[in-house]
Amino acid sequence: MNKLVLIAGGSTLVYAGLALIMGVLPGISLSQTPPGPGVVPLTPIQAEGREIYVANGCSYCHTQQVRPLAQDKPFGRPSAPGDFAYQTPELLGSERTGPDLANIGARQPSEVWQYIHLYNPRAVVPQSIMPSFDWMFDVVDVAPEGVTPVTLPKAFAPSQGVVIPGAQAKALLAYLLSLKQTPLPENAEAAANTPAPPPPAPAATASAPAGGYDAVAGEQLFVANCAACHQPTGEGLPDTFPPLKGNSAVNDDDPSAQIHAVLFGLEGATVGGTKYDSPMPPFSDMLSDAEIANIINYERSSWGNHGKLTAADDVAAMRAKGE
Amino acid sequence: MARIFAAYTIAATAWLLFATFVGTLLAYKFGAPEFGPGAWLSFGRLRPIHTNATFYGWASIGLVGLAYYVAVRSCRTELYSARLAWIGLALFNIAAIAGTIALDLGYSAGDLEYREWPWPIRLIFLAALGVTAWNLVGTVAKRQTDDIYLSNWYTMGGVLWTCIIAIVAILPWYQTGLGQVSVSGFYMHNAVGMWFTPLALGIFYYALPKLLNRPIYSYALGVLAFWTNLVFYPIIGAHHFLFSPLPWWLQTTAIVFSVAMLVPVLAGSANFLLTMRGRFGQVSHSYPLMFIFVGVVGYLVGSTQGTVEAFRSLQEVWHLTNFTVGHSHLTMYGFVSFAVWGGIYALLPAATGKYPGQAGLALHFWMALVGSFIYIIALSIGGTVQGLDWVQGLPFIQSVVDMEPYYVWRGVGGLLMFLSHLVFAWNVWRMTLGRSAEMQPEAITEGSAA
Repeated sequence: MNKLVLIAGGSTLVYAGLALIMGVLPGISLSQTPPGPGVVPLTPIQAEGREIYVANGCSYCHTQQVRPLAQDKPFGRPSAPGDFAYQTPELLGSERTGPDLANIGARQPSEVWQYIHLYNPRAVVPQSIMPSFDWMFDVVDVAPEGVTPVTLPKAFAPSQGVVIPGAQAKALLAYLLSLKQTPLPENAEAAANTPAPPPPAPAATASAPAGGYDAVAGEQLFVANCAACHQPTGEGLPDTFPPLKGNSAVNDDDPSAQIHAVLFGLEGATVGGTKYDSPMPPFSDMLSDAEIANIINYERSSWGNHGKLTAADDVAAMRAKGE
Repeated sequence: MARIFAAYTIAATAWLLFATFVGTLLAYKFGAPEFGPGAWLSFGRLRPIHTNATFYGWASIGLVGLAYYVAVRSCRTELYSARLAWIGLALFNIAAIAGTIALDLGYSAGDLEYREWPWPIRLIFLAALGVTAWNLVGTVAKRQTDDIYLSNWYTMGGVLWTCIIAIVAILPWYQTGLGQVSVSGFYMHNAVGMWFTPLALGIFYYALPKLLNRPIYSYALGVLAFWTNLVFYPIIGAHHFLFSPLPWWLQTTAIVFSVAMLVPVLAGSANFLLTMRGRFGQVSHSYPLMFIFVGVVGYLVGSTQGTVEAFRSLQEVWHLTNFTVGHSHLTMYGFVSFAVWGGIYALLPAATGKYPGQAGLALHFWMALVGSFIYIIALSIGGTVQGLDWVQGLPFIQSVVDMEPYYVWRGVGGLLMFLSHLVFAWNVWRMTLGRSAEMQPEAITEGSAA
């Protein structure tokens, strides 16, 4: 009998102690982590949207943790302990089959883009392998008063009627748009192990001659940051996201309007006689001057566009001037 | 006892078929995201159904059935209570069915790896564990032998420790925000390494000497592995959240003990391989032994890979990629599932007196082995490509595009694995309810060992 007590009881006791030290106590102490500056509880509809996110297992493909690594920079600043104060159940995730969503509300604030993308991701990102969540939407003959139908590209729209977001889609959208990282105070950022900001672009790139730019990097930056709305073809989506191909601001000799739009965002712009309602996010925090110049030069020399090229100095000057 | 063992095996087999059918469907969806539309067939709902059914349907039920049989035989006694064993089987199945339905309807406790079932359902599972622990300990307590054979250390320990894990995971009071992240790290790792690992090792310690008709190489080494696994394993959970906002010291501790895990892993695998020393000719002529051999190698390679993966420098590339999915299949499939199969093929015929056909064994073994090989290699390479794409700063969608061929190969491997499970089901049928195959030549040597 004694052997049994030692083996079964003894090992269980040891394990209970370790479970206390490695599971319960860290849980207790970390649950007290105070919210970071500006981190607020979710509103009821955002909380409802979060439940839909959980119910449908979004976090099996999308993480919500930005690591202090260079490759995570496109997703936002490194996640800090205070970011998770109101995030229960936790949704940090373990796989990144799709992009990280910790800051998606800031990175893609356009409601209509999010709706189109939820209805059928391939309508805006042709190579996407995300499932369609069209069952969160309703197809009706005519949109009721005050409801804007989702403007789908023809190939993805139902043959009859229009698509309007259902209650689940609305809540989910509210949650996604609530995912905005709050700025960290300087010292907190150091504590979060942020790597040093990338060194300023070498002078050669900064003052690229008007005749040349890094076309490969420009295309990559465009695909990563712009193509979701403006599309790899530069044609945008009809009546939803404006085209850059043949766009007068892109072909104008003076690039300042274009630089301003990329740096500080845009809302309610009229392009080619059409007014576009969905907002364009500002990129001043996410991209360097050289990167923005590269994107702009790529846009100015692709799809038959022939705008005069710009340089990082121009972007820097506009950035210094401010909005 | 034979009926109980057979019933557990049949239930586990049904769950294996279901879980891997869902898995195959999921693999197909990577290439055809529109396939299987609607909420109920949505990827995000089926994914936890696949993992939970594998864990708590297939592997748990299969291992508990084996653990009962091993306890009874190695203690030369009767089961403490057949009734409790049946109750436990019912509870395991009720929990797994209810959990599956709940997840498909969108009732998830949170996308918390391996504890997605709503808490009332996890309480049912905890009850099943409690019943099993009581019954196993009771059986060992009335043993006719003086010593407690090593197998029972592992199986009793595994069930008892997992009761604690389940309780730690259910209690909600200390699990908000970042606190829950740390509990998740603890739980998701311990649910694997303090449950499936000890039970599967317990099966090895019994089935291997039995089949080879020689004692385990070193009893002392097995005892060392037991205690070191117990002490090191619970500490390493946080390595699932490297580079997360969890305290840096917690992550570093986890990495250090991930390295320490080499002690029990090497001690265990060396013990098994040395037991087989000089007998590899016999091993290669017996499918039950071949399953166990693959299981041992799966344990060694999978666990060592786990240690290597825990290094920060490699995590920078592999973390969050499909490499991790390859790793989890290497361990849950190459190690745990092969161990269960080896145990069932080694012990179930002795219990029921019925044998599977040699062709069925061969087909199951080779399709499962080749399928999992393709699967794991594809995702390991694919995951590395994915991680390097990110490091190079390519647009994210490039990593999705680059994964395409590897997703296809994963589907091919997965399909082979699923087909092998159909053969396994046929084999189980012949060993239990159906008509036995003729006694095989190898079974004669086994018979002399039994």
